[in-house]
Amino acid sequence: MTLKSSRMQLLAFAVAAVALVVLPLFVQPIGSGWVRIMATALLYVLLALGLNIVVGYAGLLDLGFVAFYAVGAYMVALLTSPHLAEQFTWFAQHFPQGVHTPIWVVIPLAALLAALAGVLLGTPVLKLRGDYLAIVTLGFGEIIRVFMNNLEHPINITNGPRGLDRIDPVSVFGFSLGRPLDVSLPWGELRIASVTMYYWLFLLLVVVSVVICRRLEDSRIGRAWMAIREDEMAARAMGIHTRNMKLLAFGMGATFGGVSGAMFASFQGFVSPESFSLMESVMIVAMVVLGGLGHLPGVIVGALMLAALPEVLRYVAGDIQSMTGGRIDAAILRQLLIALAMIVIMLLRPRGLWPTPEHGRSAMAEGPEGLPGSGGGRA
Amino acid sequence: MDTLLQQIINGLVLGSMYALVALGYTMVYGIINLINFAHGEVLMVGALVSWSVVTALGGSGLPGGVLMLISLPIAVLVCCTLNYGIEKLAYRPLRNAPRLAPLITAMGMSLLLQTLAMIIWKPNPKPYPQLLPVEPFHIGGAVISVTQVLILALTAVTLAALMFLVNRTRLGRAMRATAENPRVAALMGVRPDAVIATTFIIGAALAALAGVMWAANYGTVQHTMGFLPGLKAFTAAVLGGIGNLGGAVVGGLLLGLLEAIGAGYLGELTGGVLGSHYVDVFAFAALILVLTLRPSGLLGERVADRA
Amino acid sequence: MSAAASTGGSAVVLAVRGAGKRFGGLQALSGVDLSIERGQVAGLIGPNGAGKTTFFNVITGLYPPDSGTFELAGQPYKPSAVHEVARAGIARTFQNIRLFPDMTALENVMVGRHVRTASGLWGAVLRTPAFRREEADIAERARELLRYVGIERYADYRARTLSYGDQRRLEIARALATDPQLLALDEPAAGMNATEKVVLRDLIRRIRSDGRTVLLIEHDVKLVMGLCDTVTVLDYGKVIAQGTPAQVQRHPQVIEAYLGAGHHA
Repeated sequence: MTLKSSRMQLLAFAVAAVALVVLPLFVQPIGSGWVRIMATALLYVLLALGLNIVVGYAGLLDLGFVAFYAVGAYMVALLTSPHLAEQFTWFAQHFPQGVHTPIWVVIPLAALLAALAGVLLGTPVLKLRGDYLAIVTLGFGEIIRVFMNNLEHPINITNGPRGLDRIDPVSVFGFSLGRPLDVSLPWGELRIASVTMYYWLFLLLVVVSVVICRRLEDSRIGRAWMAIREDEMAARAMGIHTRNMKLLAFGMGATFGGVSGAMFASFQGFVSPESFSLMESVMIVAMVVLGGLGHLPGVIVGALMLAALPEVLRYVAGDIQSMTGGRIDAAILRQLLIALAMIVIMLLRPRGLWPTPEHGRSAMAEGPEGLPGSGGGRA
Repeated sequence: MDTLLQQIINGLVLGSMYALVALGYTMVYGIINLINFAHGEVLMVGALVSWSVVTALGGSGLPGGVLMLISLPIAVLVCCTLNYGIEKLAYRPLRNAPRLAPLITAMGMSLLLQTLAMIIWKPNPKPYPQLLPVEPFHIGGAVISVTQVLILALTAVTLAALMFLVNRTRLGRAMRATAENPRVAALMGVRPDAVIATTFIIGAALAALAGVMWAANYGTVQHTMGFLPGLKAFTAAVLGGIGNLGGAVVGGLLLGLLEAIGAGYLGELTGGVLGSHYVDVFAFAALILVLTLRPSGLLGERVADRA
Repeated sequence: MSAAASTGGSAVVLAVRGAGKRFGGLQALSGVDLSIERGQVAGLIGPNGAGKTTFFNVITGLYPPDSGTFELAGQPYKPSAVHEVARAGIARTFQNIRLFPDMTALENVMVGRHVRTASGLWGAVLRTPAFRREEADIAERARELLRYVGIERYADYRARTLSYGDQRRLEIARALATDPQLLALDEPAAGMNATEKVVLRDLIRRIRSDGRTVLLIEHDVKLVMGLCDTVTVLDYGKVIAQGTPAQVQRHPQVIEAYLGAGHHA
């Protein structure tokens, strides 16, 4: 790679980075709803990156990934909403103002709890064959959802289908992201909406996650995962403790899910079991596969596409709704589009929209020296 | 609180329907290694088509039983055609694609079918009319309705027919051969595409049947009705050993019994802590337990991990 | 030289006494004794179904033996899982070559270093100095091994695109990367033409002269006789002859076992 092209790459990155950062400021005036969509899309990117570690790097089909999302979200909900204080006098006594936990405790805690859940879930399950693993993880996801939906008697932990609300917004060093920020600039006042600040927070998390993923890919651990994915038996023969490696992937993926869930809870201010359905797990798997399994740019594209596009198209839905006599509304259109995307994209590009470019060169494509079967002459 | 016998009857009825759907899953998986996520939706389509037919002919004065009899083959026909189309257009092109691609397609297909059904039949749940005589039979303290008897009878007959087909006919041999080794089967003159298409068609017929029975038994239809039963039926198939027909039936019946008895006694057993809502969790808990102890399912083959 | 064996250690690398394995009604191995000294190339031959592969799989942790004592480099050897085998010191290749097809040749060998290296999650994510040192070392060792087996120019090529002979050499390089006490080769010459076999034989000789110990299952009797220091012949799960190639070749039972089955190299 020439110095010039790597400088060009750097420049391109810088421009893209700046664009991403200032984007919401331009979109804000059009409607904070749009920024909200962008921020939510970033949360999905985080989820997709996490699942990519499990499915893309280690080759484990997890169809219940939403369970970790739920764990993170409910943990934050319980730790930063009045619910516990309202339900249990012990909490009311010790935390008269309610339990409010700051972000720098919340994120690591969510990561830890989710990782623990990942290890607990993974341990009995990872020795199963691929498709069995899929259905069992799907089962776990559903089990978690049912528990969230029903843990209200005899003691009310999750408040059942009503969910938990009045969750604290994220606060960084005492500064809450729940309220808009007014900044005075040389050319006038700028009001930064709350959603914009959340967007920046999520963008930061995504960037950190991408760095973590890249570093994992290019390491002893990443190679071990790839080896397991390519040929598990051979990996074992090379001394790789495949069970532990798979558990590590599972746990890491879970961590991303947990952090994303924690952010989701603070962002939305409210969680309920509805947000953690099988449909969500399926969507996240679809994001990873449609984007390009194991390929970070592809995964990000897949996540953005499935998360944001249907929302965007909602605005077109008004016309379609009137055309079909009210049968197709925004929600239905969204579902339809996602379903069609899953089917059509797989038919046209089974490896995903932006799959891993085949890395390494091909000895077969090269000249006469590289022809197979002529092993004798080269030593 | 119903007696144990009543729970058993309910469980067998539920289990029969699960078994019918589980067979479809297991046959398809056995032959092309695909979890056909859209299979539960076939049950739903069968039920809704039957509902449409029955509702359309409702005013004709024909007796309920006849209406059901007319709607059955129509539902089966629609579902078979649908499944054949799905296999041809969405799954066949991906036969050699990376493993996850057809899975995503299947999930997308499931969503698509649900959404289309919601558009065509509108989202609200609809009552399925009481077509068969209402007066139930009494057996030792428990009741069993005519519909339920029909379900058990139909399932038994269908299973017998399927066993005959698979074990005694040329087609059945072709199906078994393709499931074991498609390439060699092809060398022996079996056309894998035809066999696979047939598998999908048979599976669809079974699911359609289950769908109509489900509607008649529970009295309501809706575009979301296929999802959970489909999931549980697949769980049943895995429970019994995926790819194994007998396993699908055993798994289905077992799961039905587990759910019925569990729903009845769970509240009591746990002193009210776990209500009957947790019944849905049963299928998965059972699955996880079985797979932990017997990774290939109850009747599944022991597959050694070879070098 | 990177491929040089860690020569500290006992004179006998692998000592097997009375190995037995039964599968249902079939006694695949019974009373098999085998001893391989350090720096030797030991061959294991026998007609089809003689139990060579079973023995190999028992040694490499795939099947637990029903009976027998096993010692590797003087220590009791009883792996309870396949991944412990490489750690203990036996590295194997596979009859039908099991590389990591979409990883490059270099990466394949780097995976071989996994069992002798330690950096984990934190090192990878934080890129600690220890991690960087280890990664550089892994890459360096891997390149050396590719050079050693003669395929260094293919370092950045996808493993699946290499020629058959080169793939076999890559597999051997990968196995050597685990720093094994014993290199166990499962029919390494299978599917090779005469030239490729010569290259393979020379490579194994080189490996031996660098102090490594090799166990070889082979059907190519000529190759085995020309290469091995000691040969064990199995038939119906039992050892029917054991000794130098010259001794074994003259053994009447061996001749009968081979000619009787019409078996040919």
